[in-house]
Amino acid sequence: MTTPATPRITVATAWLDGCSGCHMSFLDMDERLVDLAQKIDIVYSPLVDTKELPEQVDVGILEGSISSESDLHHAKEFRKHCKLLISLGDCAVNGNVPAMRNPFKLADVIDRAYRENVDLQPQLPTVGVPVLFQQVRPIHGCVKVDVFVPGCPPHADAIFYVLNELIEGRTPDPSRVTRFGA
Amino acid sequence: MPPPAPQPNVRVVTLTIDGKDFSARADETVIELCRENKIPIPSLCYMDGLSIWGACRLCLVEVVGQGRLVAACSTRVAEGMNIRTNTERLQRYRRTIVELLFAERNHVCSVCVSNGHCELQWLAQKCGVDHVRVPYRQVRNEVDSSHEMFRLDHNRCILCTRCVRVCDEIEGAHTWDVMGRGSDCRVITDLARPWGESETCTGCGKCVQVCPTGALVKQGTSAGEMVKDQHFLPILARRRHAQ
Ligand code: SF4
Ligand code: SF4
Ligand code: SF4
Ligand code: FES
Repeated sequence: MTTPATPRITVATAWLDGCSGCHMSFLDMDERLVDLAQKIDIVYSPLVDTKELPEQVDVGILEGSISSESDLHHAKEFRKHCKLLISLGDCAVNGNVPAMRNPFKLADVIDRAYRENVDLQPQLPTVGVPVLFQQVRPIHGCVKVDVFVPGCPPHADAIFYVLNELIEGRTPDPSRVTRFGA
Repeated sequence: MPPPAPQPNVRVVTLTIDGKDFSARADETVIELCRENKIPIPSLCYMDGLSIWGACRLCLVEVVGQGRLVAACSTRVAEGMNIRTNTERLQRYRRTIVELLFAERNHVCSVCVSNGHCELQWLAQKCGVDHVRVPYRQVRNEVDSSHEMFRLDHNRCILCTRCVRVCDEIEGAHTWDVMGRGSDCRVITDLARPWGESETCTGCGKCVQVCPTGALVKQGTSAGEMVKDQHFLPILARRRHAQ
């Protein structure tokens, strides 16, 4: 690989309590990804192999809401290491489907999911799963967020618009291209 | 107040809106004049053909020389008025009002039957609401599915009272009312009995059609399927007021 003339913008992504749909929408940018790859470097993401978030990243993109200790930890790490933080998709922006459990008691929600509706071996998974919070919060309910991109998931065109504006050094206005539930 | 009946010999006044001159009939409201001239004013409780309620405050505009903001839907035009409809202050207030509506009950657009056909959702986008800065209240609200054709989901209700007014003023059934104060405020059918047991409801569906959100919907609709048709209202309203 040749070294690019201008330094590329580094991007890190992660999904917290989301369905991965926003990352799929990211991939849906299709051939535009080839262009983008000239301008950005994905340095940490479920889409690449790296296991460590680098010390300094230009743009952090978070999908999903904050529902557990582990989500909160991730969000704080991203805030600490990323110059600009983006909430991608309704779960990150407003809690969306994960937050629908908020009006109910957590114990009741767990009973419903793991005991009441289960025919065989109803049991609570305990190994390798993070402890859930009583309340699900949008990312900005826990750490400061700079850009909000609503949509479930946001259309690939909307994601491209936002990234492209940032690459061009402009401040994106996501309401021009997407909305809650889009 | 009942919508003003058009009178034959009304005075004409001239006024300024966003730096442009307009003339209007003296019995018109600011929002009516703006709608005629395609000047966008966000609104939720206002609906052409129904009486004026003035509750949502989304239609606030500035009158130059007057410190207080006025609701465009319930303010009549006046000679020499100088109105601003889209200042930074107004944009800020509108944004906040929309955010508070989202935080108050439970709006999950992605799974809502009205997704893509909802006035609140559309207004949020128009006003640049891409997130809600205040914490959500996270209170569970009831859903009344007792009516054989329609459903009421209080989680999506913004208390605009369009349903109350259309049922009373156009259908003449007066099934709906408003009960309770503050965060306990609810629309109710027949003295807070389940809708399906209502003796006054004729099943006309007018309330469902005028409801700006996914609070009143047809049974059997799933996410994004509830498209509303409000064409009947101006026609019926004109006939009623002509009587
Ligand atoms: S009523 Fe409108 S704003 Fe509320 S969830 Fe449904 S689509 Fe979204
Ligand atoms: S359907 Fe029933 S409640 Fe709704 S407007 Fe008609 S009569 Fe009133
Ligand atoms: S049910 Fe619909 S029309 Fe009635 S007050 Fe609520 S939002 Fe308005
Ligand atoms: S539209 Fe004027 S107050 Fe609601």
